[in-house]
Amino acid sequence: MAFAWLPGALGDIAHGAATTILLIAVTTLAGTLLSILGAAGRRNGPVLLRRAIAWYVEVMRNTPFLVQLFFIFFGLPSLGIRLDPLLAAMLAMTLNMAAYTIEIVGAGLDAVPGGQTEAALALGLRPRQVFIKIVLPQALKIIYPALTSQIVIMMLESAVVSQIAVRELTYEADMLQARTFRSFETYFVVTLVYLAMSMALRRLLVTGGRRALGAGVS
Amino acid sequence: MIEFTFWDIVRNLLLAARWTVLLSLAAFIGGGIVGMVVLFFRIAKNKWSRRIASGYIALFQGTPLLMQLFLMFFGLPMLGLRIEPWTAAVLGLTFFASAYLAEIWRSGVDALPRGQWDAGASLGLHYLQELRLIILPQAFSITRAPTVGFLVQLIKSTALTSIIGFEELVRTSNAINNATFEPFKVYGLVALIFFVMCFPLTQYARSLERRAATR
Repeated sequence: MAFAWLPGALGDIAHGAATTILLIAVTTLAGTLLSILGAAGRRNGPVLLRRAIAWYVEVMRNTPFLVQLFFIFFGLPSLGIRLDPLLAAMLAMTLNMAAYTIEIVGAGLDAVPGGQTEAALALGLRPRQVFIKIVLPQALKIIYPALTSQIVIMMLESAVVSQIAVRELTYEADMLQARTFRSFETYFVVTLVYLAMSMALRRLLVTGGRRALGAGVS
Repeated sequence: MIEFTFWDIVRNLLLAARWTVLLSLAAFIGGGIVGMVVLFFRIAKNKWSRRIASGYIALFQGTPLLMQLFLMFFGLPMLGLRIEPWTAAVLGLTFFASAYLAEIWRSGVDALPRGQWDAGASLGLHYLQELRLIILPQAFSITRAPTVGFLVQLIKSTALTSIIGFEELVRTSNAINNATFEPFKVYGLVALIFFVMCFPLTQYARSLERRAATR
């Protein structure tokens, strides 16, 4: 074991970690937003839309993320859409995460008692207001623990986007071990960085959720 | 350049899918065996044994599988152990699966009422007999749905072993794509093959879940 290379590599590791954080931040925001639309559409939309969303969820959940990433990154250019690796990674991660969170958000929407909607409608709120102001906040509170787990899983999954040359943490690790020839030590250190990041992210989401939603997360 | 017809592509992908299936099975069986050991540590009476098992589970659930595979494949040779992609893939996925399966089964053990243990003890069974005859059979039957669900996740995870050079479905498809330049067709077919393997299991897990909910 030799760690003499480590001080000189800290900058690269920090840069990679920052990119990983950027990826997961974008994915969390876009994925959650998309899944709220998806879950609402699957319940209240026209039949064709409902079926399309159901199939989308099944296809994404039953195929590997790596294949979805390759499909988007290598496939889209043949349609004339050329994506920057970072954009392709964000797109693939968001689409993948949405498939899981559509199910999660949907379960939360179903768990809100129907009486809440009826009461809000009786008070004269319009259906959209009922959804945004009454049903959604309660649903989010219920699903918050599951959402937290999914976000952490997604961050770990993001290691794969190094394969389309996004310069995130795993990509930097590959570059470092090629330069230092200390592959075990490099991957060991980067694995610990990932561990610290996933623990910190969970902690952040749990305390953040408790503040913002009052959601009871263990 | 070699010409690939549509059927050549399909045939090669299906041949490669054998390895995906084999690897999934090996990792599921290996992960089940190691997972049982971790489970024993996790629910033992000794506090340190429980802590070690929790740490093991947190380590594998808190780091990317890709890093675990890299450590196996690139790391072990540096410690003087030469390792083939197949061995690294099976070992890496086995450890990964063991942590998840142990945690799933532990949730089943936790779900059992305290009285089950007490009843076993009052019948004069010792700890291992209690586990074997009373606790574990019930814990496994409660957690059948999430166990099948995890198998789906494991099958999808085999895709990552292409990155350390194991010749399974995704690695073969990369090679075919480089020769044919038809990414939509090639990766679409790969996605379809994975879907055909995973979808029935997803449906099965769902029906188990429904049955458990109505019981």
